[in-house]
Amino acid sequence: MGPNEMLIDRLTIWQKIGLYIATFLFLLFILMPFIEMLRVSLRPMSHLMTAEFSWWSKDFSLQAYRDMWVTVPLLGRYIFNSVFIALAVTVVTMIVVVPGAYAYARLEFPFKALSLGGFLAVNMFTGAVLLIPLYRVLRTLGLLNTYWAMIIPGVAFLIPTGIWLLRSYLEKIPRELEEAAYVDGASRLYTLRRVVLPLATPGLIVVATSVFIGAYAQQFLFAITFNNKREYQPLPAGLFEFVGYQDTTWNEMMAAALTGVLPVLLFFLFLQKYLVAGLTAGAVKE
Amino acid sequence: MQKTAHTAPIMARSGLSEAAFAWLLISPALLFIGVIVAWPLAETIRLSFTNATLGGEDYIGLANYADLLSSPKFYDTVARTFYWMFLSVSLKLVMGLIGATLLNAAIPGKALFRILVMPPWVIPVAIGVIGWKWMYNGYFGLISGLLQEFGLVQDRVALLASKTSAFYSAVVTDVWVGTPMVTLFLLAAMQGVSRDLYEAAWVDGAGRWYRFRRITIPQIMPVIVSMALLSAIWTFNSFEIIWILTEGGPRGATTTLIIDTYKVAISSQRFGEGAARAVVIVALLALFSLAYLYFLNRVNRHYGAK
Repeated sequence: MGPNEMLIDRLTIWQKIGLYIATFLFLLFILMPFIEMLRVSLRPMSHLMTAEFSWWSKDFSLQAYRDMWVTVPLLGRYIFNSVFIALAVTVVTMIVVVPGAYAYARLEFPFKALSLGGFLAVNMFTGAVLLIPLYRVLRTLGLLNTYWAMIIPGVAFLIPTGIWLLRSYLEKIPRELEEAAYVDGASRLYTLRRVVLPLATPGLIVVATSVFIGAYAQQFLFAITFNNKREYQPLPAGLFEFVGYQDTTWNEMMAAALTGVLPVLLFFLFLQKYLVAGLTAGAVKE
Repeated sequence: MQKTAHTAPIMARSGLSEAAFAWLLISPALLFIGVIVAWPLAETIRLSFTNATLGGEDYIGLANYADLLSSPKFYDTVARTFYWMFLSVSLKLVMGLIGATLLNAAIPGKALFRILVMPPWVIPVAIGVIGWKWMYNGYFGLISGLLQEFGLVQDRVALLASKTSAFYSAVVTDVWVGTPMVTLFLLAAMQGVSRDLYEAAWVDGAGRWYRFRRITIPQIMPVIVSMALLSAIWTFNSFEIIWILTEGGPRGATTTLIIDTYKVAISSQRFGEGAARAVVIVALLALFSLAYLYFLNRVNRHYGAK
């Protein structure tokens, strides 16, 4: 605070202009596919395929946003499934991660470092490497072609990072509070639920959010491999129904993609402030 | 769950040891990893010594590995995978560093810019890739259209149709998918750097570039190196991006190890051969990670970092 802060940050007008231009170009790269998807979704299919490329045309309409529900009748279900699967993965992962992270943050036990290293080594695998036996495991458990076929593998691969992230939050909570509760006669589990978790709420939100992002982003592979029931399919897999035998209705596909991610996108836009703040406070300063 | 909550006080008070309590707490995580990762991994290793297909399986020893090691095509795939990883990860780190620096600058509108960088990270990967696939097409895609408009090319260019451009197109898309997350993590790290350091340097007359090189970069180095390792592993195993764009084509130009494994194991259902490839992936990644961490340790010790 004080005058230093103002002076050290002061930019000349040219530096400012340079920064804005660079930021604009950077964001253009990031947002270009969305702008293009929007442009495509607003144009009739026949014009898209025949006309030369143009940024703006007079034929913009919202027709594709109406037709898409007819072309792919289950579209609403796919959008719901995506969010539902990601939420279910998040809930199950958090139930598993919270006690695990607490153990690594607070307790001493044999093979602690080794087992934590083992969890982290899981990061080296993705579902794609283990698909064949994973398919058999899910078949044996009778989970193929159910929501669980997409939820359970999703959870397993998100647990290690979840434990790692949450552990570093929990380590920052002063031990004295727990010791006080314990001395007062509270059990370990009671202390965990009533003392540690309320204090760790910001960390829990950040970890849950990043688990959700992971679960929402990575649904495609498990969906196309472990599930063939259309009514359970998430949006990324369902979108391929716009790819027909003869031709692909690109405009409706883009309209459906944008419509499908909009609710989640809006949710994150509201959350982003906490997310960046949370990252700062926790894991990455490890 | 409920039952545990009620009985635990007695257990804890009556001397459930700390170790036992700890193992109780991590047991659900162990169960998940055991069933979904560890056992399938063991099974993959076992299958890699067989000629398993849908029809059945016989033990064939190291034949699958011998086939791989004597196949020039496989070495090409390995080399391509490492090239894909190094190129893509370097670009993601550079873009992330640029992005984080821009978003960290004290200019009006930075709150909005931070929001606008997020979309590729929070949407399903497959959806962003579908957008790119459209942009790369030669007839009505944005990139081809723009190149023609600016007179850079005469004809339409179908970027995914020729070997070299397909590979670099896939790299660009992968960088696009990965950049926001790297940007936000590096931004968070930059905001964690103590202002005092900057002010002290500033008072001593250090310019902006000097402060960036001598304060920002060393201070956020731990985050950069851990992002680099994580990002390298993810990129090595990145499946959806290449699969949706090219399915490994044209003529194998974008076939990385994971794509090759998927094609052999799932598309052709040659489980044994696919499993051998999966084992090679795991072995290569484990070696790479160990080498990376070893190297990191040496560097840290050399510079006396914590």
